[in-house]
Amino acid sequence: MSSHLRRVSLGLLGLVLLAHIGLVPAREAALRAEDPVVEARLVAIADELRCLVCQNESLASSHAELAEDLRREVRGLIREGKSDAEVKRFLVDRYGDFVLYRPEVKPLTWALWFGPFALLVLALVVLGRYLRQRRTQVPRVTTLSEADRARAEQLLKD
Amino acid sequence: MNWLKLQRRRERVDVSDMKKFLIPLALFLGLVAFLAVGLKRDPREIPSPLINKPAPAFSLPTLEGGEPFSPQSLQGKVWMLNVWATWCVACREEHPVLVAFARQNAVPIVGLSYKEIQPQDEANGKLAPEAKLQMARDRSKVWLARHGNPYALSVMDLDGRVGIDYGVYGVPETYVIDRQGVIRYKRVGVVTPALLSEKILPLIRELERS
Repeated sequence: MSSHLRRVSLGLLGLVLLAHIGLVPAREAALRAEDPVVEARLVAIADELRCLVCQNESLASSHAELAEDLRREVRGLIREGKSDAEVKRFLVDRYGDFVLYRPEVKPLTWALWFGPFALLVLALVVLGRYLRQRRTQVPRVTTLSEADRARAEQLLKD
Repeated sequence: MNWLKLQRRRERVDVSDMKKFLIPLALFLGLVAFLAVGLKRDPREIPSPLINKPAPAFSLPTLEGGEPFSPQSLQGKVWMLNVWATWCVACREEHPVLVAFARQNAVPIVGLSYKEIQPQDEANGKLAPEAKLQMARDRSKVWLARHGNPYALSVMDLDGRVGIDYGVYGVPETYVIDRQGVIRYKRVGVVTPALLSEKILPLIRELERS
């Protein structure tokens, strides 16, 4: 009885495994059926690229004709097996760094990348100095000599 | 005497108050200047990475028919490439300027007819490539006959691929290419008489001397 059960369960296991073996190529075939993959990569790349006609739209979302043409080019490059970096280089070579929503880090863009942090540090330094200065100044202003107080009282009386 | 001291201290305070006032004011004016410059700049004018790079090679059928044109055939000459199309409204504005400039015979102007056949032309079904080329040629010839032809020749970039290689993103665009086939200047938008006389012509003269 138990051996029979074991055989059944083994058979089931085998079936499950077979199903998996059957599934794996199926999934690969789906992957190999170019378009969805190419399309997914296209969207991933084009999301980071600016459409030059409607400059606040990404290349992925723009309906401008040039965007369509550029998507066609990018699709072609992906099919040729070019890497994401190579695809981006293709567009930067023609349209400049402006097409990249996330510009490369290089000396020309240092101010862009690090400027805000530099400004923050500068602001903190200025704030620190101001606070330290105020701490040393405040007590001196509030102390009033006895003579001053007498004078003030005199003035108030007049 | 005590009162005098007090007065002096108040003066010192006033001066430092002024400074406190002037620093933000200077910062503010700096910001204003920065933004004013930003406002004046045309966001469509993007510095082209193609300046001082060799003009991309291509071989395209011409408007006139016959042998395809490739930029290599103009090696050793300074020339201008002007991107245009009959559907381009700004080109109509630019065209008389180019026609007048062509009469001076300063340099050959090659026209690049960019995507003459638009999607709406194919609304009733895709056209065969030959039919597309024929339609584009017919339409361009009529247009040039009406408005004047400043071009030594025009090439037909129907799918806009050559346009992409030249970084075209708005028609009209104009390039100046030197004897070695290097792009020296690019203008996105309409070429004006002032631009021609102040910038393009001096550049052409300079390139022809070298």
